[in-house]
Amino acid sequence: MPALTRKEIDEIALLARLHLEPDEAERMQHEVGAILDTFTALAAVDTDGIAPMTHAVPMDLRLREDVVGPSLSVAEALAGAPKRDGDLIVVPAIIPGSE
Amino acid sequence: MTRPIADLLEEWEPVIGLEVHVQLATASKAFSASAIQFGAPPNSLTDPVVLGLPGSLPVFNKRVLELALRLGVATESKIRARSRFARKHYFYPDQPKNYQITQFDEPLCEAGHLDLILDKRIKRVNLTRIHLEEDAGKNTHVGAVSHVDLNRAGIPLVEVVSEPELTSAEEAAEFMRALHRLVRWLDISEADMEKGQMRCDANVSIRLRGEDRLGTRTELKNINSFRFVQHAVDHEIARQLRIVDSGGRIERETRLWDAVAGQSATMRTKEEANDYRYFPDPDLPPLVVDGALMGNVLKSLPELPTKRFVRYQTELGLAADDARTIISDLELAGFFDKAIATRAKSGKAIANWMLTELLGALNADGKDVGQSPMSPATLAALVGLVEDGTISGKIGKEIFEESYRTGEAPAAIVERRGVQQISDEPALWEIIDRVVGANPKQAESYAAGKDSLFGFFVGQVMKETQGRANPVMVSDLLRKRLGR
Amino acid sequence: MAAEYWSVAETAQKVASGEIKAANLVIALLARIADKDRELGAYLAVDEEGAIEAAAEIDRKRAAGEPIGPLGGVPIALKDMLVTKGLATTAGSRILAGWKPPYDAHVVEKLRAAGAIIVGKNNCDEFGMGSSTERSAFQMTRNPWDAMRVPGGSSGGSSAAVAAGLCAASLGTDTGGSIRQPAAFCGVVGLKPTYGRVSRYGVVAFASSLDQVGPIARTVTDAALVLEAIAGFDARDATSIDAPVPPLAALATAGVKNLRVGVPKEYFEGAIDAEVRAAVDRAIEVLRDKGAEIVNVSLPHTSLALPAYYLVAPAEASSNLSRYDGVRYGLRAEATDLLDLYRRSRGAGFGPEVKRRIMVGTYALRSGYYDAYYKKAQQVRALIKRDFDEAFTKCDCVITPTTPTAAYRFGAKTTPVEMYLGDIFTLACNLAGLPGISVPCGLTSENLPIGVQLMGKPLDEQAILRAGVVIEKTCGLGDRRPGGF
Ligand SMILES: [Mg+2]
Ligand SMILES: [Zn+2]
Repeated sequence: MPALTRKEIDEIALLARLHLEPDEAERMQHEVGAILDTFTALAAVDTDGIAPMTHAVPMDLRLREDVVGPSLSVAEALAGAPKRDGDLIVVPAIIPGSE
Repeated sequence: MTRPIADLLEEWEPVIGLEVHVQLATASKAFSASAIQFGAPPNSLTDPVVLGLPGSLPVFNKRVLELALRLGVATESKIRARSRFARKHYFYPDQPKNYQITQFDEPLCEAGHLDLILDKRIKRVNLTRIHLEEDAGKNTHVGAVSHVDLNRAGIPLVEVVSEPELTSAEEAAEFMRALHRLVRWLDISEADMEKGQMRCDANVSIRLRGEDRLGTRTELKNINSFRFVQHAVDHEIARQLRIVDSGGRIERETRLWDAVAGQSATMRTKEEANDYRYFPDPDLPPLVVDGALMGNVLKSLPELPTKRFVRYQTELGLAADDARTIISDLELAGFFDKAIATRAKSGKAIANWMLTELLGALNADGKDVGQSPMSPATLAALVGLVEDGTISGKIGKEIFEESYRTGEAPAAIVERRGVQQISDEPALWEIIDRVVGANPKQAESYAAGKDSLFGFFVGQVMKETQGRANPVMVSDLLRKRLGR
Repeated sequence: MAAEYWSVAETAQKVASGEIKAANLVIALLARIADKDRELGAYLAVDEEGAIEAAAEIDRKRAAGEPIGPLGGVPIALKDMLVTKGLATTAGSRILAGWKPPYDAHVVEKLRAAGAIIVGKNNCDEFGMGSSTERSAFQMTRNPWDAMRVPGGSSGGSSAAVAAGLCAASLGTDTGGSIRQPAAFCGVVGLKPTYGRVSRYGVVAFASSLDQVGPIARTVTDAALVLEAIAGFDARDATSIDAPVPPLAALATAGVKNLRVGVPKEYFEGAIDAEVRAAVDRAIEVLRDKGAEIVNVSLPHTSLALPAYYLVAPAEASSNLSRYDGVRYGLRAEATDLLDLYRRSRGAGFGPEVKRRIMVGTYALRSGYYDAYYKKAQQVRALIKRDFDEAFTKCDCVITPTTPTAAYRFGAKTTPVEMYLGDIFTLACNLAGLPGISVPCGLTSENLPIGVQLMGKPLDEQAILRAGVVIEKTCGLGDRRPGGF
């Protein structure tokens, strides 16, 4: 599997919304690269026809009855919000559909 | 020197596929018990799951599955016995976890279809898939900042994805109408577009007629009314035709429809290409649809609107327009079916009286069929009186008025008012003799060829009988009496 | 024996009998924490008010003849990965500094219902990502047996607190060994239950398909008692198993007669410290002496547990941690626009190890990479599970070292991969969803605890508890305590 380029690091960091200082990105390039190297062992394993194990214990999804439970009070819901305007959470302007 | 759109359309064929999100009418959210209520105070309908608080976990709402299955069955989709929830990652303030719980490569429904009623014919549009997902909250953009209200976050949605088989803005709009009609008919959503309960994205492309490869498509987002769908798609088709006409190439892009400006603008494309990093949600085991559940769904399913549309025309001989009007609303169709149940042979007449007199009266006092003071049986009875000649159509309208207002049975009113039609021949002869005897001059000039006087004699007879004489009988008895 | 080292059972019995007042016990413990934890650093927060109130309530109930619960008056601490209503919960991360949850985790409700006194929150590696607790954003936690050495991790604060007598037991979380490894390093018992045995509701998610909550205690029976209190079905966790919880503490002392204990050769081939190896061999012999049937088994895919784990865990973590964005709660950095807000808040809020794992996970989940990485790892995971299913046709549980070495010095592991290699023996248990326990089985020549690991069949915690009790009796630490505590 390929070693990481700095460009890839920057792309992944952007996808993950992580700001990395230049030296951090530099270190990341080597450390993450080294971690990816440990994965090469997997490629060699024959897994044809093996179902991926998504859950540690096989089970079907349990269904909840459509019954209304309590909601948090607005105060509780927004207690941790760093920036509010009344009962609304405030973030820097979003250009509609910019994501 | 650009050519008119009409000419370009001779050469180019528009191809449209729709992705429609419909909110399901449940009491609680898709993955938690917090309530759903339109217009509640901001951020008042949340809980740890809705807010995506650390440690919160999703628990799936059974009702969501039941409602989605109704749509799946109604569209004759393949229902997946084991479907899966996946996480779709993108950072956005209205998306509390910064991933959306949706379905990816193992959706609940696939390969269904939706039938559109295009003026006289029915067009079958294939559906790629119908999958379950959670709605996001609401951002409002106010100058330098945006406000986030998470009440809507977690409301259950079905996303209905059509194959690119629509070939005009009209068809696109009709697809929306048909889906809107169907989800309301199935009682799985109010689909109120003003409330954002039904929202549409359109994929639009054009290709040279006869070409089977699809052209480069643009995605139109945020088109939230039937009118906008038609307007936005028309606008986009024209835009693309102009580009190719002036030798340009269509760019693959997402465009945002601005209903106010009546135009679309390309969305600011971010420097990074989005990668949703789908993977099966480890918090949610596979969603299994068992026979018992399917059984309940099948039992609860009403006859589908397009089926009735056909039945009304073939079995009752209704006009296509009347049939379409009746199936546009489950209540109206229900009223109609109850009425004809008591008088099947009068389907056509009942449809006329219902659509003109009854709807007219209801509109006048701002009621809908559900609130009609006149029962289906009463309407059928009234139509019966007219059809068997007990009363004339003209009198019938009066009787309808009174019965509608007072609730008194039509037959009773007819009795009380003594307005039965006179169809008794001897009685009519007597009256006619009297009338002709009383007007010898007119009788002579009629005989001399003054045809216009025939109406005069009919009028006299009607006058004698306060309009109750059977008009058909009156005119042929008069002819006999007057000699021609 | 001093009150601080009483077992859970002892404490509960003494409070129930009125021999001691819960309030007095708690006040004494709080004083001890104030004194000893300055050095140790096991606690991120101590809930003095809440603890004293709860203790007083237990005493009131007892006086009124009301039931006080099986853990009535027992002081228990919580790894800071567990959400506590109104009590700051950080997961060891700056990004959650100061966040006060509006709800209690399921296990916390259960503990309160059982009469336990919640003492406070224990330090841990940030979001459970680490094996030494050096990755905590807030403080270092020392190993009570040697202040220059790590307590292990990520539940290092919990293990240190239990070993140093700063609580009767603590709840940890275990995603790849985070309960068992620090328990081994600190000379206490760490039990990771079957996946789904304990509700994850209110457990700050690291890797959802691997995370489990479990007890860290000074004896195997204590661990069993605490597990009994927190285990059981919870409708709020869709992966919670709806199965009855047997009286584990009672069953734990049944002995090992006819218990088939497998020795997987793959776990003894790699580099293992000689003293650790010898101690584990001794434990195996003890089991044989006490009537267990020792059988050789093979778990062929063992060497793949490390790469599979370090793909699955970061992938799920990168998804679970995307919610920390500075919008609804937690740290928000100054920013010019939305993208900037996300990147700077997360850049400033997460530590280096968390960032690394988010990067690895994001890398592996990208379209076009998914099949070769995440999917492949989940397929290999299925093979690892298959190995265990096969082995369990020949035995009731398997025995291995918990760690290749005893506790190491701070800063000893210089690269991430080096650090990861310390987990090789504990990862497979989580990948396969099995119950696992680490039990002290002696001290090294440097007076450092050694742990032996037992792994059992899904929902069969009994087998490993039975073996654990026997090992504890014969080669456990007895009443040898870390010096100075
Ligand atoms: Mg879509
Ligand atoms: Zn969607």
